[in-house]
Amino acid sequence: MTVVQVEQVWKAFGQESVLRGIDLEVGLHEVVVLIGASGSGKSTLLRCINGLETVDAGRILLDDDLDVTAFNTDLDAVRRRVGIVFQSYNLFPHMSVIDNITLGPRKVLRLPAAEAQQRARDLLGRFGLADKADEYPDRLSGGQQQRVAIVRALAMQPELMLFDEITSALDPLLVGEVLDAVRELKSEGLTIVMATHEMAFARDVADRVCFLDGGVVLEQGTPEEIFGEPRERRTREFLVRIRG
Amino acid sequence: MTEPGGASVVAARAGSTPYVDPARVRYRQRKAWRDAAIGIVSLLVTVAVVAFIVVRTPGWAVVQETFFSPEAFAESFPGLIEAFWLNIRIFLIAEPLILIVGLSVALVRRLKRPIFLPLRIVATIYVDVFRGVPTLLVILLLGFGIPALQLQGAPDSVLFWGVVALVLSYGAYVAEVFRAGIDSVHPSQRMAARSLGLSSWQTNRYVVVPQAVRNVTPPLLNDFISLQKDTALVSVLGPIEVLRRAQIDASFTFNYTPYVAAACLFIALTIPMTRFADWLQERQRRRRGPGASV
Repeated sequence: MTVVQVEQVWKAFGQESVLRGIDLEVGLHEVVVLIGASGSGKSTLLRCINGLETVDAGRILLDDDLDVTAFNTDLDAVRRRVGIVFQSYNLFPHMSVIDNITLGPRKVLRLPAAEAQQRARDLLGRFGLADKADEYPDRLSGGQQQRVAIVRALAMQPELMLFDEITSALDPLLVGEVLDAVRELKSEGLTIVMATHEMAFARDVADRVCFLDGGVVLEQGTPEEIFGEPRERRTREFLVRIRG
Repeated sequence: MTEPGGASVVAARAGSTPYVDPARVRYRQRKAWRDAAIGIVSLLVTVAVVAFIVVRTPGWAVVQETFFSPEAFAESFPGLIEAFWLNIRIFLIAEPLILIVGLSVALVRRLKRPIFLPLRIVATIYVDVFRGVPTLLVILLLGFGIPALQLQGAPDSVLFWGVVALVLSYGAYVAEVFRAGIDSVHPSQRMAARSLGLSSWQTNRYVVVPQAVRNVTPPLLNDFISLQKDTALVSVLGPIEVLRRAQIDASFTFNYTPYVAAACLFIALTIPMTRFADWLQERQRRRRGPGASV
């Protein structure tokens, strides 16, 4: 079963063409990692998938039945099914952790407050944040904030999760705890598309690695194929550069 | 300087208590006393010099009699307080309405859908007009103009239209304050809310407006303080509020002390608000963290 199908998607910002007819298919329970230089279109692709950006051409299907790119799509309905976590956490600073997490379930899914609270506390417990429920985001470390952001997205029980360089803003010491959270989600079978610069992690967690270059997926394969014996010269160059 | 490695240093190192060089502690105490003493002396000298200059001016005796007469003060004060209650009521009624008008107009001006274009145009014209016309003029035009129309069903109380004029005039200012506040919330907050599936309206209601209001509370309080004073402008329509009362008293006795008394009443009302605004601003400054006190 296909969770996401991206077909020939184009997207430009002004005169700058970021996606140039990109194709991508993600199956159920699959973890797909997008790698590529800054500006290669990883973030833009993720944002097109949950409708935060509108495409210029092409089509994106969720579960073979919901066309994100149709002219009259209800994007709120798309976003109820697709969770996203950003590089800069984007927690709501005026709300406690628990309120951050229950806002979506209460207002969008119309869960009763008690049920939303229970769901949030269960999730916080699983990610080692049980004692942070009543704290405000600015009292948490970066790693804790990012885990709260993951829990906030999970509380909507999305069928697909997008991670947009979620460790790039973190102190190196805090990267591990966030990546552990992602591993936990993979072990539960959540379908994940993530953009990252953490190559070791990509190698460890990915079912498939896609190298984005020039607005298309230039090369894709298992981590062993991409990191072990990349076919494309551009992929080799990128991997050499990022490994320093 | 004491020698590093003394007994207290060793003790501090063993536990988790902070350690401060005793010489530095003494220096800080001395500096605190000296700062306080300099402040007090400087204040006393300034007051003395100003008082000396004022009292020695040729007209002082007359001014003291006409503006600072204890008898006139005592005589007019009860009536003034009674009249001042009207100012307070005007303020208490106008203020919530101003907040509602201001926030609504600010939100309307941010609507993007083409269907709302007429609303947006009306909101923009409203803000342009009422920020451009002096409040006093708005009060005169509405207070005398609308009752004169003898509209069916329109209240003919000048007080009513005076309050409406204040609401319209201040609503335009407050709308701009709110708009700045809404713009001050980072777009990524809106993006995060929308990506949870919240609608545009829900995003405003739960994420953007609460943060915007926090950001603009100090400037809003500033407008409140200004409004407290401008309740006196309604006096031009005739209602006997405190300024009107003072005018009447003064014209009977040819003594201007009631004006000073009225001023004291306004100050008594605005000072707590001003201190509160200061405190809020200070708290916000401190929250922004280190460097803010440099």
